[in-house]
This record gives sequence, structure tokens and C-alpha cells, in this order.
Amino acid sequence: MSDNPSATAGVNLTHLQRLEAESIHILREVVSEVEKPVMLYSVGKDSAVMLHLARKAFYPSPPPFPLLHVDTTWKFKAMYELRDRMAKESGMELLVHHNPEAQERGINPFDHGSLHTDMWKTEGLKQALDKFGFDAAFGGARRDEEKSRAKERIFSFRSANHRWDPKNQRPELWRLYNAKKAKGESIRVFPISNWTELDIWQYIHLENIPIVPLYFSAPRPTVQRDGLTLMVDDDRFPLKPGEVPVMKSIRFRTLGCYPLTGAVESEAKTLPEVIQEMLLTTTSERQGRAIDHDQAASMEKKKQEGYF
Amino acid sequence: MTTNESSYKADALIAEDIDAYLVQHQHKSLLRFITCGSVDDGKSTLIGRLLYDSKMIFEDQLAALEADSKRVGTQGQEIDFALLVDGLAAEREQGITIDVAYRFFATDKRKFIVADTPGHEQYTRNMVTGASTADLAVILIDARKGVLTQTRRHSYLAHLIGIRNIVLAVNKMDLIDYDQAQYEAIVEDYRVFATSIGIEDFVAMPISGFKGDNITGPSPNTPWYKGPALIEHLETVELDVTTDQAKPFRMPVQWVNRPNLDFRGFSGLVATGTVKPGDAVRVLPSGKTSTVSRIVTMDGDLDQAVAGQSVTICLADEVDCSRGDVLSIADTPPQAADQFEATIVWMADEEMLPGRPYWLKLGTQTVTANIQAPKYQVNVNTMEHLAAKTLDLNAIGVANLSTDRQLVFEPYEQDRDLGGFILIDKLTNATVAAGMLHFSLRRAQNVHWQALDISRDAHSNLKNQKPAVLWFTGLSGAGKSTIANLVEKKLHRMNRHTFLLDGDNVRHGLNKDLGFTDADRVENIRRVGEVAKLMTDAGLIVITAFISPFRQERQMVRDMMKSGEFLEVHIDTPLAEAEARDVKGLYKKARSGELANFTGIDSPYEAPTNPEIRIDTTKMTPEQAADLIVEELLK
Repeated sequence: MSDNPSATAGVNLTHLQRLEAESIHILREVVSEVEKPVMLYSVGKDSAVMLHLARKAFYPSPPPFPLLHVDTTWKFKAMYELRDRMAKESGMELLVHHNPEAQERGINPFDHGSLHTDMWKTEGLKQALDKFGFDAAFGGARRDEEKSRAKERIFSFRSANHRWDPKNQRPELWRLYNAKKAKGESIRVFPISNWTELDIWQYIHLENIPIVPLYFSAPRPTVQRDGLTLMVDDDRFPLKPGEVPVMKSIRFRTLGCYPLTGAVESEAKTLPEVIQEMLLTTTSERQGRAIDHDQAASMEKKKQEGYF
Repeated sequence: MTTNESSYKADALIAEDIDAYLVQHQHKSLLRFITCGSVDDGKSTLIGRLLYDSKMIFEDQLAALEADSKRVGTQGQEIDFALLVDGLAAEREQGITIDVAYRFFATDKRKFIVADTPGHEQYTRNMVTGASTADLAVILIDARKGVLTQTRRHSYLAHLIGIRNIVLAVNKMDLIDYDQAQYEAIVEDYRVFATSIGIEDFVAMPISGFKGDNITGPSPNTPWYKGPALIEHLETVELDVTTDQAKPFRMPVQWVNRPNLDFRGFSGLVATGTVKPGDAVRVLPSGKTSTVSRIVTMDGDLDQAVAGQSVTICLADEVDCSRGDVLSIADTPPQAADQFEATIVWMADEEMLPGRPYWLKLGTQTVTANIQAPKYQVNVNTMEHLAAKTLDLNAIGVANLSTDRQLVFEPYEQDRDLGGFILIDKLTNATVAAGMLHFSLRRAQNVHWQALDISRDAHSNLKNQKPAVLWFTGLSGAGKSTIANLVEKKLHRMNRHTFLLDGDNVRHGLNKDLGFTDADRVENIRRVGEVAKLMTDAGLIVITAFISPFRQERQMVRDMMKSGEFLEVHIDTPLAEAEARDVKGLYKKARSGELANFTGIDSPYEAPTNPEIRIDTTKMTPEQAADLIVEELLK
């Protein structure tokens, strides 16, 4: 961390320093014990922190694995820009995968609902992992996000069919991770499992980690759909008759496909203001994501089927 | 439900001066703790309360919680905090938590990670897992019930795993009308027990997770209680990471960082102590010494690294050092040994098999280990020592173990990183046990190989033959002994020096103390393997005829022998055929239930996947089979 603990004697490590050390330890274990790791990079704030930690873990070497973006073609433009810039800056190879079937059938979030997430993301991810033969994939999920994640291990095993069995997880003791697996099996590894949303923001602030500008408030063209404020990011957005985008000062708490990601009205233009707003807010982060609006255990079901 | 007035977040500061708030909050420390208790003790309710009072519950989550409380809650119209904490769908329906879940909350002073584990005996494994990373344990007691068997079990496990800070939270005080005398009687009762198992100190407090008494501040309902509220105590208790800094420097090497020929660094997480550039360090187990030249991070070189930090260390000299080695302060290095006594917590459905080789992972070292039969098992409810031949799921025992390589270690009570290990099944890759090293056995340091003048080559040259083991495996009644006997006769006629180790014969002597459980079968094969090995050292051709049903043990014996000297001979007779022959009448007995653990009937046979020789007894006579085997051997 930038505020170097060695500056003070009788060192008290801060919670962020300990979280950082733990994440780096996990990243190094995976690289040492598996054959072909990859980092899933979704360009959101959690991915940004994970990538930053990877650069720290292996410095002065570049992280010894590529970045994989399982793209849906429906991300915000600003996300594609940051993605390409960060890949270049980190010296890592960037792999982008589009599910060819979803592409061919023109699967999109406006017409296909949950099939969109299913085909582009869940199926796309499985295809990409199989195509490149990765046996471990880093993901930026956190345990504070959602109940089923609170019980998922840091090393989470997937069968050759990419299925997760929540009843058959390996115990994780001390700092010991068992990375042994049979041929065809793979591991999803979550190095920032123990970080909270506030930790992520504080760390981005302290370490000056580049993030997508959409996290900060600005006047943007919006429409209201199903209780969500959506941003009209490009002209693929089908406006209903008589619907006119309204300019509003908005920002995003999470980023995904722009037609599925709800914005919040906000005046927070700087990181401290964003953190301030987050601390004073009264709704949880994932509320802006359409995926969680099903029943309480929906994420657990999706995960068993191979959603990251 | 009472809403607690004090909240952990300095709302005013957030609103007025966010920068000041951030500066204050980025210097929080981190405490990890575990809550031990059953659903009945109000554990999930307590954790739900901590999250609620620290405002970690958002309005949408609260709305969902209210809806859920009405649907499946157990608190009537009140909010059921337990539902916040019970994660996976299956367990929500069952009404119990069946795994380890991690929860997060923060106050102005500290961030907390709570490992939430179930309290029933069948979940000992989960509690041990949750406790392994904890600085502190909150032992919950239902004030109406006092110290129960499970209280003793939880305390024993917390103490076993080395947690120094124990909080005795006497919960549900509201249900006993905050009765001081009753509370004090419970605490005294606990003190007697705690002292008896070696817990030197603990902090007791009367609380109500449901009503919020003594959670964030003093409760008006317990004016007689002068100690800290739960949160106050959690905010101030000393952290293990701080005490670890005072110990000698040790860092298990995780990864060698070598971006180009000019840079070579050793990456790892500092387990204990402090290290500075210029410090003399030693690489274990080789014992080579050097000096720290740099401590490299992306934020610039450090002039000191302490326990708990992940760093990359460069040395002044080109010494051999790779993953699995341990960097240590030069003058007080850790020991290395290959035989140990350890406490083992068994975590798999399949019982421990003494003698079977398992992977052992300790720090960044992974070796092969054999566990001996336990010296005793501990009854986790009474702490009594029981005799045991094996350990099954959730059992805790003490056993000796040996490793195939020297392991750099510290006793667990001094160093969790260099004393705690996991065991991994070599076939299923499952984590089957956790263990804590006590000490190395003296014989590991004092027993050396005696060099002998007459070598194994000298023995075999005199006999004018190449030693070998013909390892027959197959079902009972497959024809192993018959064919083995024929093979020996043929070799004997050819002037070969042989010896036949027969399953039944060995069980009359060397192995007469062994039965037919899986654990005993493994030990049976291990001993036969060792005898066969000595015989090959004497230059003999050894023929063995044992069912040897498990692939792993046959592999273990193969690994003992010199390469090329072990020939696995699969006497392949289908079960129906062997049962039809039933030469000794054993299948009949097994089918009628008179004989337990019979291979093929109620105990598995794992056929060889790639034997050197496979004999299909439905296609050839024993005579033809013996000819083929002799031919293969002498080829």
C-alpha cells in the first residue's frame, strides 16, 4: 500500500493492508499450483481492484496470465475504452470472447430477457474456458454481495461441465488452499472474497486505481423502464413511441450491460463523494442489477449452473 | 424489537467531512472472530443483530427480511435476524446453518470478519475451519440452560485450534429477567471447566442478541455488570497479527519472481517476525545463508516487512531457493524433520486409513505422508481419550506421521503457518483432514541409515539374478495362490531364488493382529510391501498373493521398489466366476452376512488400470498363466 507500514515502528497493519496481503497470497498460490490460469476481467470496480492486486503480486514481473473478457457486446462504451487501456498498461494479453451462437441469433437484453445473460455470460464463459483450456479463473466476486456467495469458498471447484456443488466444498483452513483437481475440472478463485464494497472504494481511492467514469455523476441521457433508470448509451436502444431520453445527473453503483443496469440520480463527482453517498445510502449495491430480482435463492441456482 | 440508539457509523462525520472520515477509516485494524453455538443459543440472531446495529443492512435487504420473517421466520411478527445469516437455499428450509459463512461489519475502530459455523457435533469440521483463521471466539450460552455438552465441545475446539481470546456470551438474559445470581453461577461453572482444559483466561458478559443488551453499550437491564459490551471488547482486544511480529522471522516461499536475468526475488507472505534489508537469513531446509538485499513492492522498496504482509525479498547471494523452502532469520531457524506427532481432525466421509499415503500441505510445502494408527481419539464432549484404530468424519485424534521428505516446521502452538497442515486424498483430491504438528519424533533426528558393505547388487549378483516383485492382485478365489505357487515352482526348477508371500500365511504370523477393515487392509499391504522390499534387497524374486483391493496401496508398494522391479499381475476373474468356484466357501458366508468387509461383496475391489501382466482366467489354465508370467518376468 502507498502508506508504507514501515514508516512507523511496532507496525499496526490496517484492514486494507491485511486484505491486500491475503489477496496477493491467493493470487500467488494459484499461479504456483495450477497449469493455466486466467483472470476474468469485467471492467467493473471489483475487476479494477483485482487487476491492481495482480500487478502488485507479481511485480516487477507482469502478471503471468492473460485477461479474459466474456463480452456481451452490450457493455457501456466507456467500459470498452478502459478495458483496452488497462490491458495495454498492465502488459497483459487481453482475450475477448463472444458467444458465436448468441451473436448469430442476435440475442439482446431488450428482446430476450434472462436468455441474454444466460447465453452471453454463462454459456459464453464456459465456451471461453473450454476453448483456451484454462484450469483456473480468477473472479472478482465478494462474499458481502449476496448470501450464497457468503458460503462459497475462495477456491471453488467446477466439474468438467462447469457445475458448482455447494454441498461438496473443500474446507479451507488457515492460509492453505488445496488446488489439486482431476483432469477436466477447473477452479474459480475469488481473491477478493473478504473485501466489502466500502473496502473496494477506499482502496481505489488510496491507490488511485483507474475506474470507468460512469461511476461518477454526469449529465447523461436516460429513460425509465420497470423502475430502473437506464442510460441510452448508443442508438441500439429501442425507444418506445413517444419516449424521449431525458438528461439527468446520474451515476452507476455497478456496471454490466447498459440496458440491464440501473443508474442512481446523484451529484457525486469525485471518489470521496461517491463513498459518502454510498455510506449514506439505504439500498444495497446489487439492487441495480436486474438479475437478482427473482427469488432469494436465484443466484445460488445460477451459480450451480455455471454462472460465475 | 428495540432499536439501539448508538450506531457504529459516524454519520455526522460522513455527511460533514467525508475526507476526514476516510482518513480515520483507512487506519482501522481487522479482527476475525468465530461465533460458536447452536441455532438454539441465538447465534444467528446475534450476528444478525451485529449487522443490523452496525447498519450493514440496507432498506431493500430489510424489506426482504421482513417478508421472509413472515413467511418462514420463527419469531412471529418480529424480524427473524437469523434469516439474514442463513445463506444457502437447502439450509434455509431446514432451519439450520450447515456450513461456514463469513459476515462483514465495521465500527469506527475496526473491521470485523465473522465466521459463522453451526454448533452441532456433526459439524465439528466446519467449526475447526472457521476457527483456523480467527483471533477470537465468542462462545454462546443460553442463559436458561447454562453450560452444556456443546459449550464444552466448542470451548475445547477453540482452545485446540489455538484461539487465545475467548468470550463467554451468556445470551437470552431477557428470558431469565436479567438475573445476576443465575448469570454468576453459569460463569463460575464455566470457569471450573475452562481451567480444567487449559483455558487460562476468558471474558464473560450477559447479553441478549434479540433485545440488544450489552451489544454496543452498557444495558440498563444489567446495572450490576461492569465489564465491556460485546462490541467494545471486540474493538480493543489484541490481535494475533501483532503478537506474531515479536516472533522470529519466517516466510514460506510461494513463488520465485524472475522477470529477467537481472532480477530474482522470493515472494511470500511473512508468517512471523520482522525482516529488514541487511538481515542475515537462512534458506530451509538446505541451511544456506545469505543477506536480504531488498524488499520489493510495486509501491517501492520497503525498509521493513512484518508478519502478515505479502512481499518479494531479494538476497545478496545466488543461493538455491524455490517454492516450498522457508526463509528464516539466520540464527534461530525452524527445524526440519520427517516424523512427527500431530493432532488430526478428520473431515471426510471416508475414514482415515493408517498407512495410506496422503498429500500433506503445510505452508507452501506439499509432501507425501503416512499416518499411523491413532494413539487415541478424543471424545469432544468429555475430552476423554479413547482407543481408536482409525478416525472417521469429525473425529479428533493424536497420531504419529511420517513424510517422504524433510518438512520445515514449527510446533503449531508457536506458529499456525508452519505448524498447521491439511491432508489431501491422492485419488479424489478432497481435503480429508486438518492437522496440527506437536513436535518431531526424536528418532527422525537420531536414526540414520547404516551403510552396509554387502550391497543389494552384491546379493543379487551372487544369486545370478535380477530381484523383482511379482505382485498378484485379484478377488478372493480368483486363483492367485494357485498360479503364484505354480510360478514359484517353475522358477525354482530354473535355479532362481524365490520366496512366496501368501495372504493367508502372513496373517497367521506377521499380521495376525490385523482384521479386515479398510484401515487394517491398508496396514496389511504396507507391511507386506516392506517385507517384499527387504527381500529384493537380499536379491530374491518375491511373489506375493494378496487380494490388495485398493489401487492406492498397490501404488504405494510400487513406489517403494526400484523402478522396473515391481510387476503388477492382475488375476482377472469375474466376480460371478470366483463366487461360483467359492473354493473356501467364503462367498457363501459373506452373502449370508456371517463375514463382513468381504471384497467384492460389501467391500470394494479397485481393478488395476494398467497392470504389467493381466491373466484372464476364463481364457487360460493356471499352467498356461504361470508360463506366461515367467516368460514376462525373464524377458
